[in-house]
Amino acid sequence: MFTGMKVTVLIGQRVEPTVSLMLLTLIIAVTIAVPIGVLAAWKSGTWIDRCIMGLSVAGFSVPVFVVGYLLSFFFALELDWFPVQGYVSFTKGFWPWFETLVLPSVALGFVYIALIARITRATMLEVLSQDYIRTAKAKGMSQTGILFIHALKNAAVPVVTVIGIGVALLIGGAVVTESVFAIPGLGRLTIDAILRRDYPLIQGLVVVFSFVYVLVNLCVDVIYTLVDPRIRY
Amino acid sequence: MTQYAAAPDLPDILPVVRVRKGWMGFIFNHPTVAIGVGLILLMLFLAIAAPWLGTVDPTALAPIKRNREPSLQYWFGTDALGRDIYSRVLYGARVSLIVGFAVALLASLSGLAIGLISGTFRRTDAIIMRIMDGLMSIPPILLAIALMALTRASVENVVMAITIAEIPRVSRLVRGVVLTLREQPYVDAAISCGCRMPMLIWRHILPNTLAPLMVQATYICASAMITESILSFIGAGVPPITPSWGNIMADGRTLFQIKPYIIFFPAIFLSLTVLAVNLVGDGFRDLLDPRKSKAT
Repeated sequence: MFTGMKVTVLIGQRVEPTVSLMLLTLIIAVTIAVPIGVLAAWKSGTWIDRCIMGLSVAGFSVPVFVVGYLLSFFFALELDWFPVQGYVSFTKGFWPWFETLVLPSVALGFVYIALIARITRATMLEVLSQDYIRTAKAKGMSQTGILFIHALKNAAVPVVTVIGIGVALLIGGAVVTESVFAIPGLGRLTIDAILRRDYPLIQGLVVVFSFVYVLVNLCVDVIYTLVDPRIRY
Repeated sequence: MTQYAAAPDLPDILPVVRVRKGWMGFIFNHPTVAIGVGLILLMLFLAIAAPWLGTVDPTALAPIKRNREPSLQYWFGTDALGRDIYSRVLYGARVSLIVGFAVALLASLSGLAIGLISGTFRRTDAIIMRIMDGLMSIPPILLAIALMALTRASVENVVMAITIAEIPRVSRLVRGVVLTLREQPYVDAAISCGCRMPMLIWRHILPNTLAPLMVQATYICASAMITESILSFIGAGVPPITPSWGNIMADGRTLFQIKPYIIFFPAIFLSLTVLAVNLVGDGFRDLLDPRKSKAT
Protein backbone atom coordinates (compact mmCIF):
# COMPACT_ATOMS: atom_id res chain seq x y z
CA MET A 1 0.00 0.00 0.00
CA PHE A 2 2.70 2.45 0.99
CA THR A 3 5.13 1.66 -1.76
CA GLY A 4 2.44 0.91 -4.33
CA MET A 5 3.92 -2.51 -4.94
CA LYS A 6 2.19 -5.84 -4.61
CA VAL A 7 2.48 -7.44 -1.19
CA THR A 8 3.68 -10.69 -2.72
CA VAL A 9 6.47 -8.88 -4.59
CA LEU A 10 7.59 -7.08 -1.45
CA ILE A 11 7.64 -10.27 0.57
CA GLY A 12 9.39 -12.15 -2.23
CA GLN A 13 12.21 -9.61 -2.30
CA ARG A 14 12.89 -10.01 1.38
CA VAL A 15 12.66 -13.78 1.80
CA GLU A 16 16.30 -14.70 1.23
CA PRO A 17 18.00 -12.95 4.19
CA THR A 18 15.42 -14.18 6.66
CA VAL A 19 15.53 -17.75 5.44
CA SER A 20 19.33 -17.86 5.57
CA LEU A 21 19.36 -16.23 9.01
CA MET A 22 16.90 -18.79 10.34
CA LEU A 23 18.63 -21.78 8.79
CA LEU A 24 22.02 -20.73 10.11
CA THR A 25 20.52 -20.11 13.56
CA LEU A 26 18.86 -23.48 13.50
CA ILE A 27 22.12 -25.21 12.59
CA ILE A 28 24.20 -23.32 15.16
CA ALA A 29 21.62 -23.76 17.91
CA VAL A 30 21.12 -27.48 17.42
CA THR A 31 24.83 -28.25 17.14
CA ILE A 32 25.54 -26.35 20.35
CA ALA A 33 22.45 -27.10 22.40
CA VAL A 34 22.10 -30.85 22.02
CA PRO A 35 25.67 -31.75 23.12
CA ILE A 36 25.39 -29.26 25.99
CA GLY A 37 22.14 -30.82 27.15
CA VAL A 38 23.59 -34.32 26.90
CA LEU A 39 26.65 -33.23 28.84
CA ALA A 40 24.50 -31.69 31.57
CA ALA A 41 22.45 -34.87 31.87
CA TRP A 42 25.55 -37.06 31.94
CA LYS A 43 27.21 -34.96 34.64
CA SER A 44 23.93 -34.26 36.40
CA GLY A 45 24.31 -32.80 39.86
CA THR A 46 27.87 -31.63 39.35
CA TRP A 47 29.03 -28.07 38.83
CA ILE A 48 29.08 -28.58 35.06
CA ASP A 49 25.37 -29.33 35.16
CA ARG A 50 24.67 -26.38 37.39
CA CYS A 51 26.63 -24.00 35.21
CA ILE A 52 24.84 -25.14 32.08
CA MET A 53 21.42 -24.92 33.69
CA GLY A 54 22.23 -21.54 35.21
CA LEU A 55 23.26 -20.27 31.79
CA SER A 56 20.09 -21.63 30.30
CA VAL A 57 17.92 -19.78 32.83
CA ALA A 58 19.91 -16.66 32.04
CA GLY A 59 19.42 -17.35 28.35
CA PHE A 60 15.66 -17.22 28.84
CA SER A 61 15.90 -13.93 30.66
CA VAL A 62 17.93 -11.83 28.28
CA PRO A 63 15.94 -10.36 25.40
CA VAL A 64 17.18 -11.03 21.88
CA PHE A 65 18.18 -7.48 21.10
CA VAL A 66 20.25 -7.17 24.27
CA VAL A 67 22.26 -10.24 23.27
CA GLY A 68 22.55 -8.79 19.81
CA TYR A 69 23.93 -5.49 21.02
CA LEU A 70 26.30 -7.13 23.47
CA LEU A 71 27.69 -9.39 20.74
CA SER A 72 28.06 -6.61 18.23
CA PHE A 73 29.67 -4.41 20.87
CA PHE A 74 32.35 -6.92 21.79
CA PHE A 75 32.97 -8.83 18.58
CA ALA A 76 32.32 -6.15 16.01
CA LEU A 77 33.21 -2.83 17.68
CA GLU A 78 35.88 -3.82 20.19
CA LEU A 79 37.53 -6.81 18.54
CA ASP A 80 36.55 -5.98 14.96
CA TRP A 81 36.20 -9.63 13.95
CA PHE A 82 32.89 -9.35 12.18
CA PRO A 83 31.04 -6.55 10.43
CA VAL A 84 28.70 -4.62 12.73
CA GLN A 85 25.67 -4.57 10.51
CA GLY A 86 24.41 -5.33 7.07
CA TYR A 87 23.82 -8.31 4.89
CA VAL A 88 25.57 -9.71 1.85
CA SER A 89 23.61 -11.97 -0.43
CA PHE A 90 24.53 -15.62 -0.69
CA THR A 91 25.06 -15.18 -4.40
CA LYS A 92 28.09 -12.96 -3.70
CA GLY A 93 30.04 -15.79 -2.18
CA PHE A 94 29.82 -17.96 0.87
CA TRP A 95 32.30 -16.26 3.18
CA PRO A 96 30.96 -12.67 3.13
CA TRP A 97 27.47 -14.11 3.58
CA PHE A 98 28.57 -16.24 6.50
CA GLU A 99 30.55 -13.41 8.09
CA THR A 100 27.61 -11.02 8.22
CA LEU A 101 25.26 -13.65 9.55
CA VAL A 102 27.32 -15.17 12.36
CA LEU A 103 26.57 -12.57 15.04
CA PRO A 104 22.84 -12.26 14.28
CA SER A 105 22.48 -16.03 14.27
CA VAL A 106 24.22 -16.47 17.60
CA ALA A 107 22.14 -13.66 19.11
CA LEU A 108 18.94 -15.11 17.76
CA GLY A 109 19.93 -18.61 18.76
CA PHE A 110 20.64 -17.72 22.37
CA VAL A 111 17.13 -18.33 23.72
CA TYR A 112 16.73 -21.26 21.41
CA ILE A 113 19.91 -22.88 22.72
CA ALA A 114 18.68 -22.44 26.29
CA LEU A 115 15.35 -24.01 25.43
CA ILE A 116 16.76 -27.01 23.56
CA ALA A 117 19.53 -27.66 26.09
CA ARG A 118 17.00 -27.70 28.90
CA ILE A 119 14.63 -30.16 27.23
CA THR A 120 17.54 -32.35 26.10
CA ARG A 121 18.80 -32.56 29.65
CA ALA A 122 15.38 -33.34 31.12
CA THR A 123 14.56 -36.13 28.66
CA MET A 124 18.09 -37.53 28.75
CA LEU A 125 17.89 -37.81 32.52
CA GLU A 126 14.68 -39.77 32.16
CA VAL A 127 16.12 -42.05 29.48
CA LEU A 128 19.39 -42.62 31.34
CA SER A 129 17.51 -44.09 34.30
CA GLN A 130 15.95 -46.78 32.08
CA ASP A 131 16.88 -50.43 32.26
CA TYR A 132 18.25 -50.76 28.74
CA ILE A 133 20.90 -48.16 29.50
CA ARG A 134 22.13 -50.36 32.31
CA THR A 135 22.12 -53.30 29.94
CA ALA A 136 24.19 -51.37 27.45
CA LYS A 137 26.63 -50.44 30.18
CA ALA A 138 26.81 -54.06 31.30
CA LYS A 139 27.65 -55.09 27.73
CA GLY A 140 30.69 -52.88 28.07
CA MET A 141 29.69 -50.12 25.73
CA SER A 142 31.63 -46.89 25.89
CA GLN A 143 30.10 -43.94 27.62
CA THR A 144 29.86 -41.82 24.49
CA GLY A 145 28.34 -44.75 22.64
CA ILE A 146 25.64 -45.08 25.26
CA LEU A 147 24.96 -41.38 25.40
CA PHE A 148 24.72 -40.71 21.71
CA ILE A 149 23.52 -44.01 20.26
CA HIS A 150 21.18 -45.45 22.85
CA ALA A 151 20.07 -42.55 24.95
CA LEU A 152 19.89 -39.65 22.53
CA LYS A 153 17.90 -41.66 20.04
CA ASN A 154 15.26 -42.38 22.61
CA ALA A 155 15.24 -38.83 23.88
CA ALA A 156 14.76 -37.45 20.38
CA VAL A 157 10.99 -37.03 20.28
CA PRO A 158 10.59 -34.25 22.90
CA VAL A 159 13.73 -32.57 21.61
CA VAL A 160 12.41 -32.48 18.06
CA THR A 161 9.07 -31.18 19.36
CA VAL A 162 10.76 -28.32 21.12
CA ILE A 163 12.84 -27.49 18.07
CA GLY A 164 9.58 -27.20 16.15
CA ILE A 165 7.81 -25.09 18.75
CA GLY A 166 10.89 -22.93 19.13
CA VAL A 167 10.52 -21.78 15.53
CA ALA A 168 7.88 -19.40 16.92
CA LEU A 169 10.62 -17.89 19.06
CA LEU A 170 12.86 -17.66 16.02
CA ILE A 171 10.23 -15.83 14.00
CA GLY A 172 9.58 -13.34 16.79
CA GLY A 173 13.29 -12.98 17.39
CA ALA A 174 14.07 -12.52 13.71
CA VAL A 175 11.87 -9.44 13.64
CA VAL A 176 14.04 -7.88 16.33
CA THR A 177 17.43 -9.25 15.28
CA GLU A 178 17.03 -7.98 11.75
CA SER A 179 16.46 -4.47 13.00
CA VAL A 180 19.44 -4.64 15.36
CA PHE A 181 21.79 -5.85 12.65
CA ALA A 182 20.13 -3.96 9.79
CA ILE A 183 19.36 -7.04 7.74
CA PRO A 184 16.86 -6.34 4.98
CA GLY A 185 14.65 -9.34 5.68
CA LEU A 186 11.03 -10.10 6.41
CA GLY A 187 11.36 -9.01 10.03
CA ARG A 188 12.60 -5.58 9.03
CA LEU A 189 9.74 -5.40 6.55
CA THR A 190 7.27 -6.24 9.34
CA ILE A 191 8.52 -3.40 11.50
CA ASP A 192 8.41 -0.95 8.62
CA ALA A 193 4.91 -2.09 7.80
CA ILE A 194 3.76 -1.54 11.38
CA LEU A 195 5.36 1.87 11.66
CA ARG A 196 3.69 2.92 8.42
CA ARG A 197 0.37 1.29 9.40
CA ASP A 198 0.49 -0.61 6.15
CA TYR A 199 -2.32 -3.04 7.00
CA PRO A 200 -2.38 -5.20 3.85
CA LEU A 201 1.34 -5.82 4.21
CA ILE A 202 1.02 -6.63 7.93
CA GLN A 203 -1.74 -9.12 7.19
CA GLY A 204 0.30 -10.70 4.43
CA LEU A 205 3.36 -11.06 6.66
CA VAL A 206 1.39 -12.54 9.55
CA VAL A 207 -0.12 -15.08 7.18
CA VAL A 208 3.30 -15.99 5.74
CA PHE A 209 4.90 -16.38 9.17
CA SER A 210 2.00 -18.44 10.51
CA PHE A 211 2.09 -20.63 7.44
CA VAL A 212 5.81 -21.29 7.94
CA TYR A 213 5.24 -22.06 11.61
CA VAL A 214 2.44 -24.54 10.89
CA LEU A 215 4.47 -26.08 8.07
CA VAL A 216 7.50 -26.58 10.33
CA ASN A 217 5.36 -28.26 12.95
CA LEU A 218 3.87 -30.52 10.29
CA CYS A 219 7.43 -31.50 9.33
CA VAL A 220 8.12 -32.20 12.99
CA ASP A 221 5.19 -34.60 13.05
CA VAL A 222 6.64 -36.37 10.05
CA ILE A 223 10.08 -36.55 11.67
CA TYR A 224 8.50 -38.30 14.66
CA THR A 225 7.82 -41.33 12.55
CA LEU A 226 11.45 -41.40 11.47
CA VAL A 227 12.99 -41.21 14.93
CA ASP A 228 10.40 -43.40 16.62
CA PRO A 229 9.00 -46.17 14.42
CA ARG A 230 6.32 -46.89 17.03
CA ILE A 231 4.51 -43.69 16.13
CA ARG A 232 2.18 -44.15 13.18
CA TYR A 233 -0.57 -41.98 11.80
CA MET B 1 14.14 -50.50 43.33
CA THR B 2 14.89 -50.65 47.04
CA GLN B 3 17.98 -52.63 47.82
CA TYR B 4 17.91 -54.81 50.88
CA ALA B 5 21.23 -55.19 52.59
CA ALA B 6 22.48 -55.69 56.10
CA ALA B 7 22.38 -52.44 57.99
CA PRO B 8 25.89 -50.99 58.14
CA ASP B 9 27.40 -50.24 61.49
CA LEU B 10 26.44 -46.75 62.41
CA PRO B 11 28.77 -44.52 64.33
CA ASP B 12 27.62 -44.01 67.90
CA ILE B 13 27.03 -40.36 67.48
CA LEU B 14 25.55 -39.23 64.22
CA PRO B 15 26.47 -35.73 63.12
CA VAL B 16 23.83 -33.31 64.25
CA VAL B 17 21.62 -32.31 61.36
CA ARG B 18 20.47 -28.80 61.79
CA VAL B 19 17.00 -28.36 60.45
CA ARG B 20 16.42 -24.73 59.78
CA LYS B 21 12.85 -23.65 59.98
CA GLY B 22 10.80 -20.62 59.16
CA TRP B 23 12.09 -17.72 57.16
CA MET B 24 15.79 -18.36 57.32
CA GLY B 25 15.29 -22.03 56.66
CA PHE B 26 13.43 -21.31 53.45
CA ILE B 27 16.17 -18.99 52.26
CA PHE B 28 18.79 -21.56 53.17
CA ASN B 29 17.03 -24.39 51.37
CA HIS B 30 16.00 -22.46 48.30
CA PRO B 31 18.71 -19.86 47.64
CA THR B 32 17.66 -19.26 44.03
CA VAL B 33 14.05 -18.55 44.95
CA ALA B 34 15.21 -16.22 47.70
CA ILE B 35 17.44 -14.33 45.25
CA GLY B 36 14.57 -14.11 42.79
CA VAL B 37 12.08 -12.81 45.36
CA GLY B 38 14.68 -10.38 46.68
CA LEU B 39 15.36 -8.96 43.22
CA ILE B 40 11.66 -8.61 42.45
CA LEU B 41 11.05 -6.81 45.75
CA LEU B 42 14.00 -4.52 44.99
CA MET B 43 12.59 -3.69 41.56
CA LEU B 44 9.14 -3.09 43.07
CA PHE B 45 10.71 -0.74 45.59
CA LEU B 46 12.64 1.11 42.88
CA ALA B 47 9.49 1.42 40.76
CA ILE B 48 7.28 2.68 43.60
CA ALA B 49 9.84 4.93 45.23
CA ALA B 50 11.22 6.29 41.96
CA PRO B 51 10.27 9.95 42.66
CA TRP B 52 12.23 9.96 45.93
CA LEU B 53 15.45 8.32 44.74
CA GLY B 54 17.20 11.37 43.41
CA THR B 55 15.49 11.26 40.05
CA VAL B 56 14.47 14.19 37.92
CA ASP B 57 11.51 14.36 35.55
CA PRO B 58 12.21 11.46 33.18
CA THR B 59 10.65 13.28 30.25
CA ALA B 60 12.36 16.63 30.80
CA LEU B 61 14.37 17.59 27.74
CA ALA B 62 17.70 19.37 28.12
CA PRO B 63 19.33 19.70 24.71
CA ILE B 64 22.43 21.39 26.14
CA LYS B 65 23.22 18.37 28.32
CA ARG B 66 22.69 15.68 25.72
CA ASN B 67 24.83 12.57 25.37
CA ARG B 68 26.69 12.98 28.66
CA GLU B 69 28.75 10.03 29.79
CA PRO B 70 27.78 8.47 33.14
CA SER B 71 29.01 10.78 35.93
CA LEU B 72 28.19 11.74 39.50
CA GLN B 73 25.48 14.11 38.39
CA TYR B 74 24.01 11.79 35.77
CA TRP B 75 24.57 8.32 37.16
CA PHE B 76 23.71 6.54 33.94
CA GLY B 77 24.42 9.47 31.60
CA THR B 78 21.94 11.29 29.41
CA ASP B 79 20.43 10.36 26.07
CA ALA B 80 20.30 12.15 22.75
CA LEU B 81 17.64 14.55 24.01
CA GLY B 82 19.39 15.25 27.32
CA ARG B 83 17.01 13.15 29.40
CA ASP B 84 18.50 11.59 32.52
CA ILE B 85 18.79 7.85 31.90
CA TYR B 86 18.89 6.96 35.59
CA SER B 87 15.48 8.58 36.10
CA ARG B 88 14.13 7.02 32.94
CA VAL B 89 15.29 3.56 33.94
CA LEU B 90 13.67 3.80 37.39
CA TYR B 91 10.39 5.09 35.99
CA GLY B 92 10.64 2.49 33.24
CA ALA B 93 10.52 -0.22 35.91
CA ARG B 94 6.90 0.80 36.51
CA VAL B 95 5.82 0.03 32.97
CA SER B 96 7.59 -3.32 32.83
CA LEU B 97 6.34 -4.50 36.21
CA ILE B 98 2.77 -3.36 35.54
CA VAL B 99 2.75 -5.08 32.16
CA GLY B 100 4.32 -8.25 33.55
CA PHE B 101 1.99 -8.66 36.50
CA ALA B 102 -1.15 -7.48 34.71
CA VAL B 103 -0.59 -9.87 31.82
CA ALA B 104 0.16 -12.78 34.16
CA LEU B 105 -3.02 -12.10 36.15
CA LEU B 106 -5.34 -11.46 33.21
CA ALA B 107 -3.99 -14.28 31.06
CA SER B 108 -4.21 -16.85 33.85
CA LEU B 109 -7.70 -15.78 34.93
CA SER B 110 -9.16 -15.83 31.44
CA GLY B 111 -7.18 -18.94 30.53
CA LEU B 112 -8.49 -20.60 33.68
CA ALA B 113 -12.09 -19.75 32.82
CA ILE B 114 -11.76 -20.91 29.21
CA GLY B 115 -9.86 -24.05 30.21
CA LEU B 116 -12.42 -24.98 32.90
CA ILE B 117 -15.34 -24.53 30.52
CA SER B 118 -13.80 -26.47 27.67
CA GLY B 119 -12.46 -29.18 29.96
CA THR B 120 -15.78 -29.72 31.68
CA PHE B 121 -18.30 -29.39 28.89
CA ARG B 122 -17.52 -31.69 26.02
CA ARG B 123 -19.75 -29.89 23.55
CA THR B 124 -18.01 -26.54 23.81
CA ASP B 125 -14.60 -28.19 23.95
CA ALA B 126 -14.28 -28.84 20.23
CA ILE B 127 -15.24 -25.28 19.25
CA ILE B 128 -13.09 -23.50 21.83
CA MET B 129 -10.05 -25.64 21.20
CA ARG B 130 -10.21 -25.09 17.44
CA ILE B 131 -10.23 -21.33 18.04
CA MET B 132 -7.28 -21.71 20.40
CA ASP B 133 -5.42 -23.86 17.85
CA GLY B 134 -5.96 -21.12 15.33
CA LEU B 135 -4.56 -18.49 17.68
CA MET B 136 -1.64 -20.74 18.56
CA SER B 137 -0.62 -21.11 14.94
CA ILE B 138 0.48 -17.46 14.99
CA PRO B 139 3.76 -16.91 16.86
CA PRO B 140 2.88 -14.98 20.07
CA ILE B 141 5.14 -11.98 19.46
CA LEU B 142 3.79 -11.60 15.96
CA LEU B 143 0.21 -11.80 17.21
CA ALA B 144 0.95 -9.11 19.78
CA ILE B 145 2.56 -6.94 17.09
CA ALA B 146 -0.41 -7.41 14.78
CA LEU B 147 -2.87 -6.55 17.58
CA MET B 148 -0.86 -3.48 18.50
CA ALA B 149 -0.96 -2.35 14.88
CA LEU B 150 -4.75 -2.35 15.09
CA THR B 151 -4.99 -0.22 18.22
CA ARG B 152 -3.53 2.94 19.66
CA ALA B 153 -0.22 2.77 21.52
CA SER B 154 -0.91 2.74 25.26
CA VAL B 155 0.02 0.62 28.26
CA GLU B 156 -3.50 -0.88 28.47
CA ASN B 157 -3.41 -1.92 24.83
CA VAL B 158 0.01 -3.51 25.25
CA VAL B 159 -1.35 -5.51 28.18
CA MET B 160 -4.39 -6.59 26.15
CA ALA B 161 -2.31 -7.57 23.13
CA ILE B 162 0.15 -9.68 25.10
CA THR B 163 -2.66 -11.23 27.15
CA ILE B 164 -4.53 -12.37 24.05
CA ALA B 165 -1.31 -13.82 22.67
CA GLU B 166 -0.76 -15.80 25.89
CA ILE B 167 -4.31 -17.05 26.57
CA PRO B 168 -4.28 -20.08 24.22
CA ARG B 169 -1.41 -21.77 26.02
CA VAL B 170 -2.88 -21.18 29.47
CA SER B 171 -6.26 -22.54 28.50
CA ARG B 172 -4.69 -25.61 26.92
CA LEU B 173 -2.79 -26.28 30.13
CA VAL B 174 -5.89 -25.88 32.33
CA ARG B 175 -7.98 -28.01 29.97
CA GLY B 176 -5.39 -30.78 30.09
CA VAL B 177 -5.37 -30.76 33.89
CA VAL B 178 -9.18 -30.72 34.04
CA LEU B 179 -9.40 -33.67 31.65
CA THR B 180 -7.18 -35.80 33.88
CA LEU B 181 -8.97 -34.64 37.02
CA ARG B 182 -12.33 -35.67 35.59
CA GLU B 183 -11.23 -39.29 35.61
CA GLN B 184 -10.25 -39.21 39.28
CA PRO B 185 -12.33 -41.39 41.64
CA TYR B 186 -13.10 -38.53 43.97
CA VAL B 187 -14.75 -36.61 41.16
CA ASP B 188 -16.92 -39.64 40.38
CA ALA B 189 -17.68 -39.90 44.08
CA ALA B 190 -18.70 -36.26 44.23
CA ILE B 191 -20.98 -36.72 41.23
CA SER B 192 -22.59 -39.81 42.72
CA CYS B 193 -23.23 -37.89 45.92
CA GLY B 194 -25.34 -35.49 43.90
CA CYS B 195 -22.83 -32.66 43.72
CA ARG B 196 -23.99 -30.03 41.26
CA MET B 197 -21.84 -28.91 38.37
CA PRO B 198 -20.86 -25.41 39.60
CA MET B 199 -20.08 -26.83 43.02
CA LEU B 200 -18.10 -29.68 41.50
CA ILE B 201 -15.95 -27.28 39.49
CA TRP B 202 -15.51 -24.83 42.35
CA ARG B 203 -14.74 -27.28 45.14
CA HIS B 204 -13.13 -30.26 43.47
CA ILE B 205 -11.61 -29.28 40.15
CA LEU B 206 -10.57 -25.65 40.48
CA PRO B 207 -8.25 -26.01 43.51
CA ASN B 208 -6.26 -28.74 41.77
CA THR B 209 -5.61 -26.66 38.69
CA LEU B 210 -4.10 -23.80 40.66
CA ALA B 211 -0.64 -25.27 41.25
CA PRO B 212 0.38 -25.74 37.61
CA LEU B 213 -1.38 -22.50 36.77
CA MET B 214 0.73 -20.54 39.24
CA VAL B 215 3.93 -21.89 37.74
CA GLN B 216 2.70 -21.00 34.27
CA ALA B 217 1.71 -17.52 35.48
CA THR B 218 5.25 -16.70 36.60
CA TYR B 219 6.64 -17.77 33.24
CA ILE B 220 4.00 -15.67 31.50
CA CYS B 221 5.01 -12.71 33.65
CA ALA B 222 8.63 -13.12 32.53
CA SER B 223 7.82 -13.52 28.86
CA ALA B 224 5.34 -10.62 28.99
CA MET B 225 8.12 -8.31 30.21
CA ILE B 226 10.35 -9.40 27.35
CA THR B 227 7.53 -9.06 24.84
CA GLU B 228 6.72 -5.58 26.12
CA SER B 229 10.31 -4.46 25.70
CA ILE B 230 10.45 -5.96 22.21
CA LEU B 231 7.20 -4.20 21.26
CA SER B 232 8.45 -0.89 22.61
CA PHE B 233 11.84 -1.45 21.02
CA ILE B 234 10.43 -1.80 17.53
CA GLY B 235 8.05 1.09 18.10
CA ALA B 236 4.82 -0.86 18.45
CA GLY B 237 4.52 -0.75 22.21
CA VAL B 238 3.83 1.91 24.81
CA PRO B 239 3.87 5.49 23.45
CA PRO B 240 7.43 6.82 22.91
CA ILE B 241 6.94 9.58 25.49
CA THR B 242 6.49 7.03 28.30
CA PRO B 243 9.81 5.91 29.76
CA SER B 244 9.91 2.13 29.43
CA TRP B 245 12.98 -0.05 29.17
CA GLY B 246 12.16 -0.94 25.61
CA ASN B 247 11.69 2.70 24.68
CA ILE B 248 14.97 3.79 26.24
CA MET B 249 16.78 1.12 24.27
CA ALA B 250 14.95 2.12 21.10
CA ASP B 251 16.12 5.72 21.67
CA GLY B 252 19.68 4.59 22.17
CA ARG B 253 19.68 2.43 19.08
CA THR B 254 20.91 5.04 16.61
CA LEU B 255 23.71 6.11 18.93
CA PHE B 256 24.74 2.59 19.86
CA GLN B 257 28.16 2.65 18.23
CA ILE B 258 29.37 5.71 20.14
CA LYS B 259 27.19 5.68 23.28
CA PRO B 260 26.57 2.03 24.13
CA TYR B 261 25.69 2.78 27.78
CA ILE B 262 22.29 4.19 26.80
CA ILE B 263 21.28 0.67 25.88
CA PHE B 264 23.22 -1.25 28.50
CA PHE B 265 21.63 0.18 31.66
CA PRO B 266 18.01 -0.58 30.78
CA ALA B 267 19.18 -3.90 29.34
CA ILE B 268 20.79 -4.90 32.63
CA PHE B 269 17.68 -3.94 34.60
CA LEU B 270 15.38 -5.78 32.24
CA SER B 271 17.50 -8.92 32.22
CA LEU B 272 17.80 -8.97 36.01
CA THR B 273 14.07 -8.58 36.51
CA VAL B 274 13.18 -11.29 34.04
CA LEU B 275 15.85 -13.54 35.51
CA ALA B 276 14.35 -13.01 38.99
CA VAL B 277 10.87 -13.92 37.80
CA ASN B 278 12.23 -17.01 36.05
CA LEU B 279 14.08 -18.11 39.18
CA VAL B 280 10.89 -17.80 41.22
CA GLY B 281 9.03 -19.76 38.55
CA ASP B 282 11.60 -22.57 38.63
CA GLY B 283 11.39 -22.60 42.41
CA PHE B 284 7.60 -22.87 42.31
CA ARG B 285 7.79 -25.70 39.83
CA ASP B 286 10.21 -27.68 41.96
CA LEU B 287 8.17 -27.05 45.12
CA LEU B 288 4.91 -28.12 43.52
CA ASP B 289 6.32 -31.10 41.65
CA PRO B 290 5.57 -34.10 43.88
CA ARG B 291 8.42 -36.14 42.42
CA LYS B 292 11.03 -33.59 43.39
CA SER B 293 9.62 -32.49 46.74
CA LYS B 294 9.63 -36.09 47.97
CA ALA B 295 13.28 -36.46 47.18
CA THR B 296 14.34 -33.51 49.29
